Amino acid sequence: MNDHTVKAFDEDITRLRGLIAEMGGLAELSIQESLEAMLKGDAALAKGVVKRDKKIDALESEVDKLAVRIIALRAPMADDLREVIAALKIAGVVERIGDYSKNIAKRVKEVEERKHFEPLTLLPAMGEIAAEMVHDVLTAYAARDPILAREVIATDEKVDAFYNSIFRNVVSYMVENPATISSAAQLLFVARNIERIGDHATNVAEMVHFAATGNYPPDEDA
Amino acid sequence: MDRSGTPLWPGLALAAATSIALVAYGVNPWLTLAVALVWAGSLFLIAINPPAEEIIKVEDPFSSDNMAQLVEYSGTPILVMEGSRITVANRAARKLLGKHIIGQDMRVAMRHPKAIKLLESKKNGAANIQGLVRRRDVWRINRQNLGNGVSVVELLNQTAETDIARSHTDFVANASHELRTPLASILGYVETIKDSEGNLPPEKTEKFLDVILGEGRRLQSLVSDLMSLSRIEAEKHDKPRENLPLAKLIERASKDAAGLERADRLEFDIEKDMTVLGDERQLEQLVRNLVDNALKYGDTDGKVTVSLSETDNAEAKISVTDTGNGIDPEHIPYLTKRFYRTDPGRSRAAGGTGLGLAIVKHIVERHLGRLDIASELGQGTTISARIPAQDT
Repeated sequence: MNDHTVKAFDEDITRLRGLIAEMGGLAELSIQESLEAMLKGDAALAKGVVKRDKKIDALESEVDKLAVRIIALRAPMADDLREVIAALKIAGVVERIGDYSKNIAKRVKEVEERKHFEPLTLLPAMGEIAAEMVHDVLTAYAARDPILAREVIATDEKVDAFYNSIFRNVVSYMVENPATISSAAQLLFVARNIERIGDHATNVAEMVHFAATGNYPPDEDA
Repeated sequence: MDRSGTPLWPGLALAAATSIALVAYGVNPWLTLAVALVWAGSLFLIAINPPAEEIIKVEDPFSSDNMAQLVEYSGTPILVMEGSRITVANRAARKLLGKHIIGQDMRVAMRHPKAIKLLESKKNGAANIQGLVRRRDVWRINRQNLGNGVSVVELLNQTAETDIARSHTDFVANASHELRTPLASILGYVETIKDSEGNLPPEKTEKFLDVILGEGRRLQSLVSDLMSLSRIEAEKHDKPRENLPLAKLIERASKDAAGLERADRLEFDIEKDMTVLGDERQLEQLVRNLVDNALKYGDTDGKVTVSLSETDNAEAKISVTDTGNGIDPEHIPYLTKRFYRTDPGRSRAAGGTGLGLAIVKHIVERHLGRLDIASELGQGTTISARIPAQDT
C-alpha cells in the first residue's frame, strides 16, 4: 500500500492491522492450548485459555473503536475503506474463533477416563489442520495475499471431511461403550467447535481476499 | 612551502641552471637575469598561494541507511523498530516474515502473544517462541534498545537445536527400554531358579538357563551395536583412507554372517573386483548386517544373493537380495531409524537389535555412498549400497 499524504492515517491503519494481528496471535495460541488441555486433561492450561478470551474481547472492542474513528475522522476511500471494513469484520470473526477455543477449554473437565478413551486420539489431527488454517489466514491478512487466502478456503473441505469421520467414529464408539456416552458427547461438541473454527477461518480468508482485491473469491461449489 | 605540497627549491634550482646555461650560450646576461627573475617570482607566487585544498566529505559510517546496509546480507533475520513500527528488515527477515512487514506494526510481523509482550515492553530481553512462522518451529527473539525509541530485534532459529535435543532424549529412552527388556527376563529367570532351591526339574532349569543365555547374548549384541553406532557417528567426518578390493571382503563377511549352518543359502554374483576408499571393519559390518537381515527375514530356505557390480557413475554397488515377504512400502522410509522395527515381535524373537540398518546407513554415509531399499510384497527385498569406486 502506498503512503498517504496524511501521515496520521497511515499510523491509524498500521495500528489497526497491528491490533488484528495481536488478536489473531492470541486466538491461535488459544486453539493450540485448548486442544492440548483437552488431550492431557490439563485444567490449569484450560483456565489460562478461558482467561485469555477476555483479552481477545477487549482487543476486539479496541479495533471497533479505532475503525469507527478512522471512518469518522478520515473518511477513507476505495482500498482504504475496504481495509477498514475488512478489519472490522475480521475482528468479529477472530473473536468468535477465540470463543470456540474457550468453549473447548471449558469442556476439558467434562471428559473423563482420558487414558482409555479412543475417540480422543482423533482430535489432534483435525485440530492441527484447523489451527494451520487460522495461522495461514492471519499470515495472508498480514501479507495481503489473496492466493494464500484462497488456499485456506480450499483447506476447509478437509476439516469438514474430518468432522464427518469423527462424528461417525464417535457415534459408533458410543454404541459400543454406553458408559462413556457423556464424555463422547462432549467430544462431539469439541469436534463441532473445531469445525466451526475452520469455517470462520474461511470467512476471514474471504475478507482478506476482499480487502486485497475488491471482490470476494469465486465460490467453488457453485 | 610545505602547505603547497610542491617544494620550491627544485624549481628555483632549475631556473638558476637554465639561466647559467643561457649565459654560457652567450645570451644577453641582463635578459637572462630578467627571465630568471620572472621565473623565480612566479614560483614564489605559487608557493605563497597554494591551490585550494580539496575537501573530501566522509559520510557518517553509522547513519541509519548504512546500518540497514550493514545488516542487509546477514544470514540472521534482523529488524529495526522505531516505536512499534518496523523500519528496517534485512533480507533474511524479509524472507522469513514476508516482504510486507517493512513499515508495518511489529504485531503484524510477529503475532505470537509472547513476542508481542516482549516487543511492546520498553525493556531489553529475549524470548523463545514456538510457531512464529510455521507452526512447529522455535525461534529465539532478542530485543535490544538503542535509545530514542529505536530497537534492534534479532531472530535466532532454534528449531534444529530443539529437534536434536528431542531426538537425543528419544534415543536414550529407546535404548534404555531395549536394554531393560532382556535384563528383566534374565533377572526373572535367575530369581525363579534361585527361589526353587534346587526343587526345579532339571529340564525346566535347562530351559530357563537357555533363555537366560539367549537374552544375555541379545544384550551383548545390543551393546556392541550401540557401541559401533556411536563409533561410526564419531568418525562420521573423517573420510576413510584405505584402498579396499571388495570381492574378497564381501565373500568373507557374508560367510561370516551366515555361519556354517546357513552358508549354503548364499549365492554370489560378482561381476568384477572393484576397489573403494573405505574402512575395512565398517564395510565388513555393512555386508554382515545386510546378509544377516536377508537370511533372517527372507524365506527360511530361500537363497540370498550378494552381488557386486559397477554402476554408470563409477560406483561400486553392493546388493543383497532375498526372497521372502518383502517390506510394506509404508515402512521403508523409517527402516534406517534406530530401533525401528516393522514387526517388533518377530525381530526380537530373531535376536534383532533394531540397529542393523541404522548402522548400515551411517557406514554408507561415511563412505559418501547411497543406500537404496527396493522391496516388493511377497517377492523379496533388495538392499543396495553404492559407494564411489577408485580407479584401478
